[in-house]
Amino acid sequence: MTISNTTFDLEALSLRGINSALHAAEEGAFTVLNPGGAHALACGLNAPLEVTIKGHTGYYCAGMNKHAAVTIEGNVGTGCGENIMSGTIRVKGDASQSLGATGHGGLIVVEGSASARAGISMKGVDIVVKGDVGHMSAFMAQAGRLVVLGDAGADLGDSIYEAELFVRGKVASLGADCEEKPLGDADKAALGALLEQAGIDADPAAFKRYGSARKLYNFNIDHMDSY
Amino acid sequence: MADYSDSPRTVPRKSATFDDYTLSEIRRAAATGIYDIRGGGTKRHLPTFDDLVFLGASMSRYPLEGYRERCDTDVVLGTRFAKKPLHLKIPITIAGMSFGSLSANAKEALGRGASAMGTSTTTGDGGMTDEEREHSSLLVYQYLPSRYGMNPDDLRRADAIEVVVGQGAKPGGGGMLLGQKISPRVAHMRTLPEGVDQRSACRHPDWTGPDDLEIKIHELREITDWEKPIYVKVGAARPYYDTALAVKSGADVVVVDGMQGGTAATQEVFIEHVGIPTLPAVREAVRALRELDMHRTVQLVVSGGIRSGADVAKALAMGADAVSIGTAALVALGDNDPALEEEYQKLGTTAGCYDDWHEGLDPAGITTTEPELEKRLDPVKAGRRLRNYLSVMTMELQTLARANGKSHVKNLEPEDLAALTVEAAAMAQVPLAGTNWVPGQN
Ligand SMILES: Cc1cc2nc3c(=O)[nH]c(=O)nc-3n(C[C@H](O)[C@H](O)[C@H](O)COP(=O)(O)O)c2cc1C
Repeated sequence: MTISNTTFDLEALSLRGINSALHAAEEGAFTVLNPGGAHALACGLNAPLEVTIKGHTGYYCAGMNKHAAVTIEGNVGTGCGENIMSGTIRVKGDASQSLGATGHGGLIVVEGSASARAGISMKGVDIVVKGDVGHMSAFMAQAGRLVVLGDAGADLGDSIYEAELFVRGKVASLGADCEEKPLGDADKAALGALLEQAGIDADPAAFKRYGSARKLYNFNIDHMDSY
Repeated sequence: MADYSDSPRTVPRKSATFDDYTLSEIRRAAATGIYDIRGGGTKRHLPTFDDLVFLGASMSRYPLEGYRERCDTDVVLGTRFAKKPLHLKIPITIAGMSFGSLSANAKEALGRGASAMGTSTTTGDGGMTDEEREHSSLLVYQYLPSRYGMNPDDLRRADAIEVVVGQGAKPGGGGMLLGQKISPRVAHMRTLPEGVDQRSACRHPDWTGPDDLEIKIHELREITDWEKPIYVKVGAARPYYDTALAVKSGADVVVVDGMQGGTAATQEVFIEHVGIPTLPAVREAVRALRELDMHRTVQLVVSGGIRSGADVAKALAMGADAVSIGTAALVALGDNDPALEEEYQKLGTTAGCYDDWHEGLDPAGITTTEPELEKRLDPVKAGRRLRNYLSVMTMELQTLARANGKSHVKNLEPEDLAALTVEAAAMAQVPLAGTNWVPGQN
């Protein structure tokens, strides 16, 4: 028998107890009270659950998420949604470093800002940040989209592969092998659809689009300075 | 002017500093403008387990009867926290080697050989393939900085998880797989465009340092409901501190890979000049475990240049719980076989020296992803060769253990050893043969 539609209080229950209950559940809506900055909360979910966390979490909240929709009504620590496969994560506050690192799929929305290395090594996830992102965001980003409504810190998209970056505000600097790309009608339509999915009202035409110059894809002595 | 043309001349003398290899490297560098990249491990001479000998039994120690009296070889890894530790029949495991650096047939052969002997294989920097899962009864899933192909389903279907901090061939270096080997399947598994030079990161994207690692390990345990043993693999750089910090971070097993350790493709300068040899690394790792009272609670797996049952026995005697092998396993499959000499010649090398694994042209079909070459390796036959080789290593290990009076290979101890060189005595902290002198102790 599995449980559903339950409220867990992290002051009364152990993290292990809550996570194992969430792993055992096949469906339903769950609320976690008093997360108190706990690490690894609601990680490894593998079913279409709706999980709402009322407060701040520590590292790796909703890490490796699959299928579930997790909402954090607070701030999140390092590596929220790391290696997400599918489902959605919505952070009502701000996110610390390495947001959605290596994420393979799904959607992460941050209503505040995200710190350094947002979307580092991303492999297919879509990340939408309403505020700003820190330096080295989308470092070695392989696939997926990072959308920033505010500003991006230094070295955006350094050593990027095939991910797409969209920034509405200022970009402090682009990293090695990252360049501005034209924003065509198809790009605008796709970005518009993603913004809508993220529940964010913004004009896609106001963004600039960035991607790989593909100069570092194969070693070339004349590009030595960029390595 | 005097005419010296008939006087004796010195014979041409080669420089020890500028030897043939060095000269060829300078010319190669001048012509190409890129550092030399190759596979394999350190090629120069280093202090090794060959510099140690077993004392054997004598008046005060009696041996066990070979083939008559039991000498067990099993080992359990992951007893500290994991709900499902790994039970291995022999203390020799197959090290992590990525699909992509190796052909799918080679990975399958490794799985077949290891499974036949009741031991584990390990994935690598490129994710888990169905073939290797299917053919490996015990499979360790590597968690690397690149996280290529990383997904929670594979984490759950693995038997253990190995967080890779570093490799002996390149402590502090990231991965490299050149464009030639990024075939459509490899590219797909790594979410990369075909044919790009794949440079994987040297640091994990979402943690740095032991405090973070502790949280990361906790997350991996939570995701897998505390079932899987979690290993931490480090290159032998500062093994005393790295082992202590891995233990502190909550590892079940520490894997220490010495500088001889093989690699699929790394800069030559890295392979030959970074890290310390396996011999002193074992000693330092064991010292850390003992000081923390964690020896045998957290298991130690040692790798880097392990070739024979003698190497295994010496590593165990120094305090390791198991070893892992990379290069030797590839040789058992058929790598660098003199039967292929003609083909090695065409590649400008000779059997025994072929190390341009990154080019993907391996005539043995092992370090390649080229479909035609890959077909040359029959995974069933190659797997059988690996099984035979592992079996010989195990018998050698038992022979040495019995000779030292041990009914289980885990009972081998430093007391059974002597060193042949002052260096080995100092590094292994066992007495120089014929003396009771341990450099640094007395
Ligand atoms: C072809 C090849 C590929 C390797 N790939 C990886 C890898 O993906 N991840 C890793 O941690 N180590 C990798 N290694 C290193 C091995 O896991 C192991 O540390 C090393 O081979 C042990 O030394 P030995 O080759 O002397 O036995 C690789 C080694 C070889 C030879």
